[in-house]
Amino acid sequence: MNEMPFRRARSLGKVNVPAVTLAHGGGGRAMKDLIDDVFIVAFDSSFLAPLEDQARFDLAELAVYGDRLAFTTDSYVVDPLFFPGGDIGKLAVCGTVNDLAVGGAIPLYLSCAAIVEEGVSIDMLRRIARSMAETAKGAGVRIVTGDTKVVHKGACDKLFITTSGVGIIREDIRLGVDLAHPGDAVLVNGLFGDHGAAILEARGEMALETPIASDCAPLHDLIATLLAAAPGARCLRDATRGGVATVLNEIAEASDVGIEIDEEHLPVREEVRGFCEILGLDPLYLANEGKIVAVIPPEESEAALAAMRAHHLGERATIIGWITDGEPGRVVMRTVLGGQRIVDMLVGEQLPRIC
Amino acid sequence: MKYVDEFRDRGKADALVAEIDKLVSTIDIAARRPIHIMEVCGGHTHSIFRYGVEGMLPKEIQLIHGPGCPVCVLPMGRVDDCIAIAEHANVIFTTFGDAMRVPGSRKSLSQARADGADVRMVYSPMDALTLARNNPDREVVFFGLGFETTMPSTALTVLQAESEGIANFSVFCNHITIVPTIKAILDSPDVHIDGFLGPGHVSMVIGTAPYEFIAQYYRKPLVVAGFEPLDVLQSIWMVLKQIREQRADVENQYARVVQGTGNVAALQAISRVYELRPFFEWRGLGSIDHSGVRIRDEYARFDTERKFAIPNVRIADPKSCQCGEVLKGVIKPWQCKLFGSACTPETPLGALMVSSEGACAAYHQYGGFKKQAGAA
Repeated sequence: MNEMPFRRARSLGKVNVPAVTLAHGGGGRAMKDLIDDVFIVAFDSSFLAPLEDQARFDLAELAVYGDRLAFTTDSYVVDPLFFPGGDIGKLAVCGTVNDLAVGGAIPLYLSCAAIVEEGVSIDMLRRIARSMAETAKGAGVRIVTGDTKVVHKGACDKLFITTSGVGIIREDIRLGVDLAHPGDAVLVNGLFGDHGAAILEARGEMALETPIASDCAPLHDLIATLLAAAPGARCLRDATRGGVATVLNEIAEASDVGIEIDEEHLPVREEVRGFCEILGLDPLYLANEGKIVAVIPPEESEAALAAMRAHHLGERATIIGWITDGEPGRVVMRTVLGGQRIVDMLVGEQLPRIC
Repeated sequence: MKYVDEFRDRGKADALVAEIDKLVSTIDIAARRPIHIMEVCGGHTHSIFRYGVEGMLPKEIQLIHGPGCPVCVLPMGRVDDCIAIAEHANVIFTTFGDAMRVPGSRKSLSQARADGADVRMVYSPMDALTLARNNPDREVVFFGLGFETTMPSTALTVLQAESEGIANFSVFCNHITIVPTIKAILDSPDVHIDGFLGPGHVSMVIGTAPYEFIAQYYRKPLVVAGFEPLDVLQSIWMVLKQIREQRADVENQYARVVQGTGNVAALQAISRVYELRPFFEWRGLGSIDHSGVRIRDEYARFDTERKFAIPNVRIADPKSCQCGEVLKGVIKPWQCKLFGSACTPETPLGALMVSSEGACAAYHQYGGFKKQAGAA
């Protein structure tokens, strides 16, 4: 008697239509096909394959990395989805990896929840998922759980992605936004404002001859190098929305210290400076996706600077200022001209000036 | 940046400040009271705060931040009019970025957008015209705002719309003109100004002749100034030199951009498209004769005021607001009762707190640092 050959109950599905429809969010076969075709194939993770409702970890295996768990989440709604230097997928991985890394954590696992507007092309989703997978691989993290929702036209703008991340903090690392101390040096790892300018540019608001590329990059390795060179580092923050100015204000406020920066030493690309001049924007408030502000005790500041500069994501690292015992919570800038001004938090969005 | 960084040079700034110090010490009145110099233009105010110029000056010099921020002098009623227009279902309302947050009596354009109005930020009126071209079934309104600096580009856009026969584009014309306002300030009894920094970009369009009455009739020095910090410092030095020599002339520091005769093509576009209004309402300053323009009858079909029914309600400034006194230099921003308490950049009551060119917002954001302790 011929036995029926064993057939896997479930093989990876495939989407054969060009665009997402509400059917792909219905919970049935079409949705499984979409998740398989777009995400499972790209992420190729042994955690995802069983399609459990949750990823499961062995605690003892995690404990070898350190003594504290770091957990973070962030949503990505960037418009346009693709821009010079990256795309929403790369951004969603880097952003969460960096949020873990600035706490001193080794980033390990990510989740990925996608909200897709009906009508979005499947090919574009595949590209974005591949970009996430490549970025995750480069950053040494695995995407281990996810979710996909499809919403009707107009209910979201093409694609929103939320990633959460888990990492482990080594026993000897103590970083905190409230730990800055007068005399500490304030460093950034390179030219800032690129991401914000790249996004504004990519929206077609200015026709520039040389497009500005986003600095979007995972910073875990740079941070590991930095912490090895400057184990006494007080605080690290990634200068995303609100830019370097906002992070400086957060540090000054939380640590109850003053901060003084020198405009002459602010590393900003010529193209970004020009872009800001024309639009009446300030690069200090432009978003970054590959820049950190680091507060380092004075005796380690030179080592920290050298370590950053030796890393390919920190070649243009600079000491931009110092923590002071000035008015607590106040960030003051010595201008290029030699005058002084306050660098405050941004009130709302940065609005271009009229003339 | 070439041709920009040269005008922000620290060494030259120090040298200029030293010259200013020297000059001030030779001016008699400076020993008795501060010398008041008004920078008319919001662009100067921005630059002064952005680079910390004020704090580098000797204490004898007090800068008065004048009315040249078009967003700041926009009366509340006009903002309400904008919102009424923007809330028409078929309208795309386009505006320069700064005007988004200016408070109306009920809300700002930014809040109107959140409530569903189609309000879009543009960088040029031509962008608004492109929107009209691409959305023939929508009515596109451009919020024409600003002094003679932005007037020509709005005028040229109207002319372009006419030549293309674009019917769904109009301008809500709130353009204002600076000279009658300077005159109104000089006529105001509580104002003491010793000299002016004249607006560089306005002068690029209108030239320097329209200011002659300030020198001749009011005997006040005026120096048309550029916007980089060294321009501002040099212009202050030039004003002081006139005071020292007891001269009152119109001088042009910004000669690399401003010609005495102005820009003929821009002036032609202005006079083709606009005519003076009998009067126009300014926030904080009240109604000033001949201080605003409207669109001429020939271009009536591009005039939002004739295309739409506009409420045109006059809303009095909040009683406790002292915007007018700040604009005229009678009080400093921080001397206003509401500064930093009821009126902050987060919840502005007066428009001077909204735009980064507004004196109050600039003080609040950038802080006032004076050479001597305690002055700010």
